Amino acid sequence: MHGRIRTWGPGALVLLPTVLLLGYFVYGLIAWSFNTSLTDRHTARKGPANYVGFENYAHLFGEDRFLNSLKNLGVLTVAFIVGTLIFGLLWALLLEKGVPGESVFRSIYLFPMAISMIASGVVWGWLLNPSQGEDARGLNRLFEILHLQFLENPWWTAGSRWTTMASIALPAVWQLSGYIMALFLAGFRGIPPELREAARVDGASEFKLYRHVLFPQLSPIALSALIILGHMSLKLFDLIYAITGPNQFRTEVPAVYMWNTLLRSDQAKAAAIAIVLLAVVAVLVIPYIAYTVRQENEE
Amino acid sequence: MRGGLSKTLALVGAAGLLAVSACGNSDDSGGGGSSANKDVTVFTWWADGGEKAGLDGLVSVFGTDCKDYKFVNSAVAGGAGSNAKQVLANDLQAGKPPSTFQAHAGAELKDYINAGQVDDISQLYKDFGLDKAFPQNLIDNLTVDGKIYSIPANVHRANVVWANPTVLKKASIDGTKAPANVDAWIADLTKLKAAGVTAPLAISKGFAQEMLVEAVLLAELGPDKFKGLWDGKTDWAGGDVTAALNKYKTLLTFTNTDREAIDWPDALGYVNSGKAGYTLMGDWVAAQQVADKIPDTAYTYWPAPGTEGDFQFLSDSFTLPTNGADPDGAKCWLKTVGSAEGQKAFNTKKGSIPARSDANPADYPKYQQSAMADWKSKTIVPSCAHGAACTLGQNNDILSAISQFSGSPDVAKLQSALGTAMKTS
Repeated sequence: MHGRIRTWGPGALVLLPTVLLLGYFVYGLIAWSFNTSLTDRHTARKGPANYVGFENYAHLFGEDRFLNSLKNLGVLTVAFIVGTLIFGLLWALLLEKGVPGESVFRSIYLFPMAISMIASGVVWGWLLNPSQGEDARGLNRLFEILHLQFLENPWWTAGSRWTTMASIALPAVWQLSGYIMALFLAGFRGIPPELREAARVDGASEFKLYRHVLFPQLSPIALSALIILGHMSLKLFDLIYAITGPNQFRTEVPAVYMWNTLLRSDQAKAAAIAIVLLAVVAVLVIPYIAYTVRQENEE
Repeated sequence: MRGGLSKTLALVGAAGLLAVSACGNSDDSGGGGSSANKDVTVFTWWADGGEKAGLDGLVSVFGTDCKDYKFVNSAVAGGAGSNAKQVLANDLQAGKPPSTFQAHAGAELKDYINAGQVDDISQLYKDFGLDKAFPQNLIDNLTVDGKIYSIPANVHRANVVWANPTVLKKASIDGTKAPANVDAWIADLTKLKAAGVTAPLAISKGFAQEMLVEAVLLAELGPDKFKGLWDGKTDWAGGDVTAALNKYKTLLTFTNTDREAIDWPDALGYVNSGKAGYTLMGDWVAAQQVADKIPDTAYTYWPAPGTEGDFQFLSDSFTLPTNGADPDGAKCWLKTVGSAEGQKAFNTKKGSIPARSDANPADYPKYQQSAMADWKSKTIVPSCAHGAACTLGQNNDILSAISQFSGSPDVAKLQSALGTAMKTS
């Protein structure tokens, strides 16, 4: 018996603080939020609250505003992921082909990531000014100067959900593309040169080389990128808040709606939104965790 | 993926984190937990500009009237009090209320009342003689279920239109007097548009649009039915509301396309620079014009068309928090706030008018003199956009509905959304 404790004891001791902190600050607070979401705690008033079961959730899913925010989130996530993957991959390909001064370009592409979302949100709020024609400002002004008038548009104040949310995704794409580029570039560099040489010897064209030899090697990286971007998009709050302000129906996503709800002390409803958001993230993240665990076990 | 989850939780637990920082904040600035040192912690969002100057004025009067107490400034800066309200909510939640805090007078206080966070101070009105000094109309607006919970420091008027006479002259419109009603205003806007002004009515995002909706409703329904909208006596689904909202829809077609992207000083800038003919905004514009050095002759102002007889008010007021530190000191602060001297010291600097009806107009600049005369003679109606007529929660839903309308104008949808918003708390 003594020997066994000696085996796992020190390890457990080292892990204990993490487990405790994680248990309290992550899982404990999730449980607390979930508990609050089942009550009728709709004011800041203290004292015992009544349990109302899943009533708050039923209300949420019957609410125009919440459903709208979910749809906005869906569109935002698609636009953000697709946009970032395309630009990230494109830049990685260009750099991978070899250019003079590669490290300079790498830094330039990666640089936006160093800026906080809230700061870039403020700047992009100006850039995405919806005025057009003579009064144009921001990006529209730029298009005006470059005689690219056909590119001018009302950005996030447009009527359609796609234009609106794609405009919001634009700054996020700008910020994260460099990171995705770095991921893919690392992936390309990790592929042994022998593989390329072998393919070339076998007479593969450049297109076929990428299609059948290089891209398949990148799929684990693509999956990681997808998960990272996906959960970032689902939680996106600061950027939207900085660009459009609170209570903006057109661009509201659950995270912003939760903030608004919390500001008015409707704690049960805010908690319910948080739990829905958590569930949406979990749908994306849990299969990935399962997948990686299985892969690790196979190895 | 642990990082992913914990980041999510950072969002989920934003309140918790804020609570921690808020506690830190009150520890730093308060220190007024014990009554021995007789500190009076005053929580406001008046951190700079005319607001800070006004607060300083109040403090100097407090210094002479309440020698036993020491003023401790606990101001939190930022956007019309939105940051401050969050910090305050957490201080209150944590059971660490300041001695007194700033809140919009009227229905916005209901949030605090319902949460049991503020005390009834009706008795203080009698002790300080405020029941006689304030207009009965205002007292009615402050009273919730027969009790009063705050003492107003100032009064602002919301239903004011600011116009550029030079622009109006282009379409031969007389800028000195208001159109008789909303229809006449729309006719003038049409003339301006024909004269080549693309967006004759400048407007900005959020509460500015809400103020325009309110002004149109007030003009079309009259003060009594308008007040009824907020206390449940007028039906939001009524045909007269539909008609009014249709006129709002028409007004919106005369406004600037970047209305969702700008703030009210930008909209005012459009008027001053001659790009627009009008903007509707509260009377804090007067202070802004002075600060921007716009000469008196470059602009005119009048009550929003059709609301000539109404004074749509909003007011900053101070409360007595439940279980606050040193309630006697807080009461002395409240006495200063309500006193003739305190109101003069505050309002001459902040650019608002005193809530007391016995103030001497000669002490105030030109715009305030006319506003003070109106305050005495007009019908006082509350504004939802600034918390006098509705709670934070209701306002939140209304703002969302109005931003939705700005994107895709559907009157029926807006009308039902407004009705639903008022049913929440």
